Amino acid sequence: MSLIRLEGVTRSVPLPDAPALTILNGVDLTVDVGDHVSIVGRSGSGKSTLLNMLGLLDSPTTGEMYFDDAPVASLSSAVRDRTRGRDVGFIFQQFNLLAGRTALENVTTPLLYSTGREFWKRSTIAAEMLDRVGLGSRMTTMPEKLSGGEQQRVAIARALVRRPRLILADEPTGALDVETGETVMALLDDVARNSGAALVTITHDPNVAALADRHYRLERGTLTLVTEELVR
Amino acid sequence: MNRVLPALVGAIAEAWAELRIHRTRVLLSLIGVAVAVCALTTVVGLGAVAEQSQRETTERNSGRPATLSLNAYDPVSGATPTVAQLRDAYSTALERYDIQYSSFTAYTNLRVQFAGGVRDVQSIATDVDYGTMRRVQMLEGRWFGEDDRNRLAPAMIVNSSFLRELGLPGLTGNPTVLLPAAQDTTAVLIGVTPDQYDGEPPAAYILIDAYERVLGPGSLDQSFPSFETWVPPEIADQLTERLRGDLAAALPGDMQVDVNRQDYAQFGEDPFLPLKLLVGGVAALVLLLGALGLVNISLVTVRQRIREIGVRRSFGATAGRVFFAVMMESIVATFAAGVIGVLAAVAIVKSPWVTDFLGQGVTELPPFPVSAAILGLGASLAVGALAGLLPALVAVRVKVIDAIRY
Repeated sequence: MSLIRLEGVTRSVPLPDAPALTILNGVDLTVDVGDHVSIVGRSGSGKSTLLNMLGLLDSPTTGEMYFDDAPVASLSSAVRDRTRGRDVGFIFQQFNLLAGRTALENVTTPLLYSTGREFWKRSTIAAEMLDRVGLGSRMTTMPEKLSGGEQQRVAIARALVRRPRLILADEPTGALDVETGETVMALLDDVARNSGAALVTITHDPNVAALADRHYRLERGTLTLVTEELVR
Repeated sequence: MNRVLPALVGAIAEAWAELRIHRTRVLLSLIGVAVAVCALTTVVGLGAVAEQSQRETTERNSGRPATLSLNAYDPVSGATPTVAQLRDAYSTALERYDIQYSSFTAYTNLRVQFAGGVRDVQSIATDVDYGTMRRVQMLEGRWFGEDDRNRLAPAMIVNSSFLRELGLPGLTGNPTVLLPAAQDTTAVLIGVTPDQYDGEPPAAYILIDAYERVLGPGSLDQSFPSFETWVPPEIADQLTERLRGDLAAALPGDMQVDVNRQDYAQFGEDPFLPLKLLVGGVAALVLLLGALGLVNISLVTVRQRIREIGVRRSFGATAGRVFFAVMMESIVATFAAGVIGVLAAVAIVKSPWVTDFLGQGVTELPPFPVSAAILGLGASLAVGALAGLLPALVAVRVKVIDAIRY
């Protein structure tokens, strides 16, 4: 059983006074639990659109998409939102930490949308997660007081705090220097492998892409499986 | 329940965190709401005091609801029964219908010895119940009691002007006054009422029994005393018919008995409705202005938070949850502002300055109306819900993908 599966997915957007713009074209992709997949491509190749689709934030124009073998098109908006909250963790290039909230409060945020023990023990769980990414001593620090690497680690902790089965990282090292980027990616890779979650990384950094087990290149909306050498 | 309770608690926690983080903005935006709620509650609270003041003034003039005025006369000759006949007939009727409050009242003159000579003083000869029925306000001393009916030296209640004419500063020392008549009588002053207007001449109250003792039996017959009863409004109409029939049968001859309701509520309309509408209108306008200010600020704020909303949606916040959270922010904030506004209104309405100014002449100063406090809190919640609605709808319509990149 696959975690997420795309079959012949296209995504196009209508343009005024022009033919529709095709962003994704016949994409086939299967991601299983524990997979580590990288997708490389130039700017404007459709990487972020594909990532949004995998995160149930966007829907295909044509083609089929399945999550846990269930057709996503049949899921209501609320079910999609809840599935995303429970099973998908996002890591953004610009971190997207909530301003005015401490590192701990940022990591607690996804747990506000959970239920049961996860909800009621959210502060404890978030604190454990921050400790795990090495920020146990920075819990009450505001994001603007953290370095770029620390901010991305908070973002990683936030993405993983609900133990998602799918982690989607959009240029996770894009705003970091090389050394910090490597440290962050090593951490992300480690945490993902230990939790058994699938990790899909979108990047144009060959070194980051090389950490994955499976590599894809997205070019003009078309997704192609490539070898590690070709990525580099 | 497994999902509802965490959603509710989570939304409140989010709302509180949002208010805490943006406390300066929230505080500024809520000042308007707090002031509006304070104004609304104050206006309604002051309106209640003003209404009570107007009500008491009206009741002093025409009686409390329902006051029935009873008169009897011969329709052919115009002759009236004697006071003794009336008293007997009325007493029987009062006992039959268990009427608690009633009074004979005669508007007459009493000759009083002042330092400058004997003068006629406008007087009201009445019964003990009159004080309650007409809300007679005492400046000093007390109103008549049942024991005063049997005093050898009749008790009198006078106005301030009367006391000044006597050259007395107050009631200390049990002051007396001479009432010259066929047989001079010394009356004891037991209470003082305020003057009804500047320059009011001396005036006095005396119990009707005492009046007859001072001036002799039958002396009231020429004064055409009226008889009033204060009865529960809900049985006033029924009682009117019964009293009319019973009294006509009890009085000698073929007497015409008129029983009329004379209080302000006799026509069933609320005479204070214009005042209430005016007060309500001003209050609603004030609140509307406060609400518009809040909506304006809330809309601007939500647009500034689009990215944050997008991030929350990416972590599983449903559209309903975002809507509820934004609404809760508005409601929690305006409720807090409402509590402050209501407390400020209570402080204003109950302040000695306002009480002294508005409560002049009010014997039963009403407590701060609970309805005004509830109205203030309700209005703050309503404003919160209304002001939160538009931003919440905007928040729900945010496209997650665009919001994250915003």
